[in-house]
Order: sequence, then C-alpha cells, then structure tokens
Amino acid sequence: MAFGHNCSGLQLGFAPYRLTGTVYGTLLNHSAAWDAVEGAMHAAPYKGPPKAPVLYVKPRNTLALSGDAVTVPDDVPELEVGASLGIIIGEPACRLTHADAMSHVAGYLLVNDISQPHPDYYRPAIRYKARDGFCPIGSASSSDAIPNPDQLQLRVLIDGQPAGGGSLQQMRRSVCRLLVDVTEFMTLSRGDILTLGAVAPAPRARAGQTVRITCEGLTDLLTPFVRAAP
Amino acid sequence: MMRSRVAFAGAVHDATPHVLPDGTHGVRLADGRVRAEHEVVWLPPFDVGTIIALGLNYADHARELAFDAQQEPLVFLKGPGTVLGHRGVTRRPADVSFMHYECELAVIIGRTARRVSRKDALAHVAGYCIANDYAIRDYLENWYRPNLRVKNRDGATVLGPWFVDAADIPDPAALELRTTVNGTLTQRGNTRDLIFNVPRLIEYLSGFMTLRAGDVILTGTPEGVVNVMPGDEVVCAIDGLGRLVNTIADDATFGR
Repeated sequence: MAFGHNCSGLQLGFAPYRLTGTVYGTLLNHSAAWDAVEGAMHAAPYKGPPKAPVLYVKPRNTLALSGDAVTVPDDVPELEVGASLGIIIGEPACRLTHADAMSHVAGYLLVNDISQPHPDYYRPAIRYKARDGFCPIGSASSSDAIPNPDQLQLRVLIDGQPAGGGSLQQMRRSVCRLLVDVTEFMTLSRGDILTLGAVAPAPRARAGQTVRITCEGLTDLLTPFVRAAP
Repeated sequence: MMRSRVAFAGAVHDATPHVLPDGTHGVRLADGRVRAEHEVVWLPPFDVGTIIALGLNYADHARELAFDAQQEPLVFLKGPGTVLGHRGVTRRPADVSFMHYECELAVIIGRTARRVSRKDALAHVAGYCIANDYAIRDYLENWYRPNLRVKNRDGATVLGPWFVDAADIPDPAALELRTTVNGTLTQRGNTRDLIFNVPRLIEYLSGFMTLRAGDVILTGTPEGVVNVMPGDEVVCAIDGLGRLVNTIADDATFGR
C-alpha cells in the first residue's frame, strides 16, 4: 500500500512488520519544549500542566519519504522542524508495563514532524500540523541495533549548517515510560509509529532551504523546503 | 443504495438490508444468504482512512458546554484503533463520572479533494453513515483539547451500520438526528443547525490537507449528551441512514 500525497515511492510494507501509516506525535516531551511553556501552564487557557501525554495524529496525507520536498505555504515565512525519534510498534501494545514495554518495539526511524508555527497549544492544531507532506519519515533500524534509544543525540542541519538538535536523555518521558503512559488509554498496533517528541527549540527553515536530521545508527532524513508551484 | 460489511461463518461479506419473512430487519450477504441482524458481526461499512472530527459544531451543543461559537472549525483527528462497528461494545472505565455518546452525521469522501470550493464540495462525497463519537470528560485537559485520552479511545468511534450512497441523500443539510438510551429519547437535532455545514467543512479541510477516498468527517453533535453506564443500550439514528446500536460495558467485560 502506498501512502503520502506526493511520494509515489513510499511503500510501507516490509518484514518483519508493515508500517500501518498511523503516526501519533507527542507534544512537550523534550525538557526544553516543556520549560519554554512552563511559565504559562497554570494560567488560562491551560489552567494546569498536562498530566497524560499530549498526543496528536499525523494523518496519511502528511506522510513523505526522505528527499520528498515539503511545500511552505505562501502566507507563512518559515516552518518548524520537529526532529524526533519515531518508535515503531512491533506487537499490539495495550496497557504495557515498564517490564514489557520495550519488547513491543520493532525499531526506530527519524521523523521530521513539521509544523506551521502556532500561537498556543489549547486547541488541536490540525491546520498547522496536518498539511500535505508535513511528516517525512526515514528508513527504519531494528530495535536490536538501537539498544539504548534514550541515549541518542539528534542533530538538525539546515543547508549543511548546524541548526539545532538535542539529547534524548532530556525527554521527560523515556521511550519506555511514554509507551506505558500512552497504552494506558489507547492501544497501538503493530506498524504504528509513536514519536518520542521533537527536540527543542525547534529550528525553523524557509523555502529554498534543505533540512537534514541525523542520528547515529539511523538513516539521515532529508527534507527540501519549497514554495508552492505558481 | 445501502451496504455494509459483516463477518459471518468464517468470512467477511458485503451485505445489504433485507426484510425477513417475520417483518424484522436482517441482512442479505453478497452470496445470497439471508440472516437476522444479530446473527452476523457488523464491521465498519467502508475502509476507513483519516478520521476527522468536529467539536462544537452545533450552536445548541456549544451553548450546552458554555462555549461561544468559534471563528474556525474546531477539528481534531482520530486513529483507526478507535473504530467499532454496529452492535459493538464500548468500555466505560470504572473510575469515570461522565462518559457520553455523540450522534453525528459522518461524511465519507469518495474522490480526492484538494482546495475544493464549497459549491463543488458535495461532488467529492461518496456517501454517509452514522457515527457515535464517545467522549470521557473526566480526562479533559486543556492541551490540544479535546485531547486523545478523551476522544481517541479503543472502540469508542462507532460507525455504521450502513454506507449510504450520496445519491440517496439529496440534502445532507436536512437530516434529523436522534439518540435513545435504553429506549428513552435523550438527544435530538437536525443537520440544518450545523455551524459549519458539509460543503464548508470540505472547503476548509481541503484548503490545507488533501482528502482522499475513505477519509471520513464526523460533523459534530447537537445538544443532549448524557452520561451512560455499563449495560446501557445507545441507539443513534439519522434520517435515511438507519440506526446504529452500541452497548456500554464495564471493565470486567474487558478483563480488567
């Protein structure tokens, strides 16, 4: 089955699992992302910090491959680059425990969870996060090859220059903890992707620039940003 | 035309409505077998793509929840693990105080829609079905609200029973919705009262995301949502689309 709007080559099926095309994003997991909002958490409209993981869906029209261009909307100067680790579910995951969560992971890949900058996190940001092509994903590496996913370092390069990144040690919920807390209220299927959360501060890129996300042990994810064709 | 998909005797079948000799409603499988409604397992009546849902899209329901009507549709997305067929069972966790149904007109996209104007929008609709989009308000948090813990629960998006061709619903803006709980009418509304009607929703959504065949828009619910308890039978009905039955079950039913 092929997914994505502009990427005829995106085939998600290969052994030992098949990507379903379902991608859940995680908000505010990186400490720097949380810290940037913390001062506003107790005031309206939030009236308190989030308790459960704050998730969102990256629907199938957002899926793209490394090398696929992403269109920057005409009325937006820059887009946010949400460099994230994508956790590929390998077994049906419902009510996981800290003891068994990691055995439900098939592998990992890089995700460029792109957003149009938006002013707050009160309402679901579909118009800002679910545009066509806004979820490029890289190639998968087996979990056997990534024994310590929480130790990884992500780097973001824009036109070859270091532009951001961060350590996954700075995540408020580790891979294991996130899986436990998410599967408390929803079941993930084999082949679903759950992002660990974008490293912050999220760099921004504009049309004409090319974003590269790198991480040792994972295939680079390359995303050229372009203007809409006239 | 109305059709659905059911599991029966080891296979999945396309099915159409059929009135049984005793006058009750049953199904006719594609191979000609006829069965009573309860003899088959009802599946979602189409291959479900992206699930797009609307909040606060009826003025009366927005008032009921003390919200002002918004300038832009309140849209959220749901994953495939939430989908459940007709006559299914939905879990109510033991520790919650307010879980409610939401009877909604579901609009199923049939043709790719990208930057479609409202006047052309209905040409991209394949058909309609009933949705019951449950919510558990105890879990509401003001972060991407309504958050997934409220709205993205396993088996809490009931779709069906029939996929009804768009040609059979000439005016999707004049359909009455009714919900009964254990036979008592609790919710009544009409799609004429949608704040953002079907053409406007397709115009809005397709303005930033490409809609494809199988994507479904749950257009929101009118006022009249009430708490439901294990054992309750919730029936959502919409003119021309049939009646969608769901039963609430407790944790023990789910082995918890």
